[in-house]
Amino acid sequence: MIEGSVNVIGYGLATLGPAIGLGMLIGKALESMARQPEAAGMVRTTMFIGIAVVEALALLGFVLAFAL
Amino acid sequence: MINVLAAAEWGGEFDGVLDDINALFDFPFIFEFTIAGETYGINRTIIIAWIMMLVVGVVFFLGTRKADIVPGKLQAFIELIVDFNAGIAHDIIGDKGKKFVPILTTFFCAIFVLNLAKITPFMMMPPTGRIAWPLFLAGIAWLIYVGVGIQQQGFLGYFKGVAFPSGVPWPLYIILTPIEIISTLVLRPATLAIRLFANMVAGHILVVITLVTPWIFLPSPAGWPIGVFTVIAGPLVFGFELFIIGLQAYIFSMLTAVYIDSSMEAH
Repeated sequence: MIEGSVNVIGYGLATLGPAIGLGMLIGKALESMARQPEAAGMVRTTMFIGIAVVEALALLGFVLAFAL
Repeated sequence: MINVLAAAEWGGEFDGVLDDINALFDFPFIFEFTIAGETYGINRTIIIAWIMMLVVGVVFFLGTRKADIVPGKLQAFIELIVDFNAGIAHDIIGDKGKKFVPILTTFFCAIFVLNLAKITPFMMMPPTGRIAWPLFLAGIAWLIYVGVGIQQQGFLGYFKGVAFPSGVPWPLYIILTPIEIISTLVLRPATLAIRLFANMVAGHILVVITLVTPWIFLPSPAGWPIGVFTVIAGPLVFGFELFIIGLQAYIFSMLTAVYIDSSMEAH
């Protein structure tokens, strides 16, 4: 018999999508930086914007685990 | 578990019954006063914010009081921060970005020091872990980028640009217009605030757990290896939190720049 909140499982699931997204995003950014090192600055800035957008989804899951 | 965390947070004297996580973020008033029938109070969060405000104010005052062509150590440090934000403004907004460097630097420094309270000894509580602070900062960012849009494109022009992005066949506007309005005017500040808030809440819980676990497990006869592990892991967690603190300050200031850039001209 295990007691607990289902919300926690929900948060665990909510991390999976953003995890895949972050992996693809950072991997592609590294790939393009390796191909064109002179564009590294621009790629890095865009990468952080993308990370921020993807991360918002994971954080929404985290907040909703407490809020609901 | 939450009882133990709260006891650690409140100085080891907490014996109330708790069933939610709010005890880690909600502190009792140190003193209260009444203005026009409304009761206000000063608690630990606001005192931490005041101390951090003083620290930034004093550092910037001392560093820029005798500004020189050849900078001293403190002035070089401040120039590094301002230069970093000027770099963000130049990379994202372009040549017009120069006048936004002060507000971006303000955001960066304010968020960095408010977050830094999370791992500062004797504070250990980020004021940005209360939703009021990120919401207020995101509200300022919202006012700025909407204000810049209205200033650059006119009132009707800006909201027409937001609602009806150009270069789209007209039937798509049925779907696109509500999405664009909600995403530009509601979701942008909401995600700015929630990103910072959730990172700080998660980080604060992580730090509290890291500090409390040795306290529980080290004296226990069977669980001491867990205690030893957390003692070793503690500095790593603090280093990771320092990284998160800097990253959040950087992302907030950079996303504000991105939003300002998007309202500079119709897209």
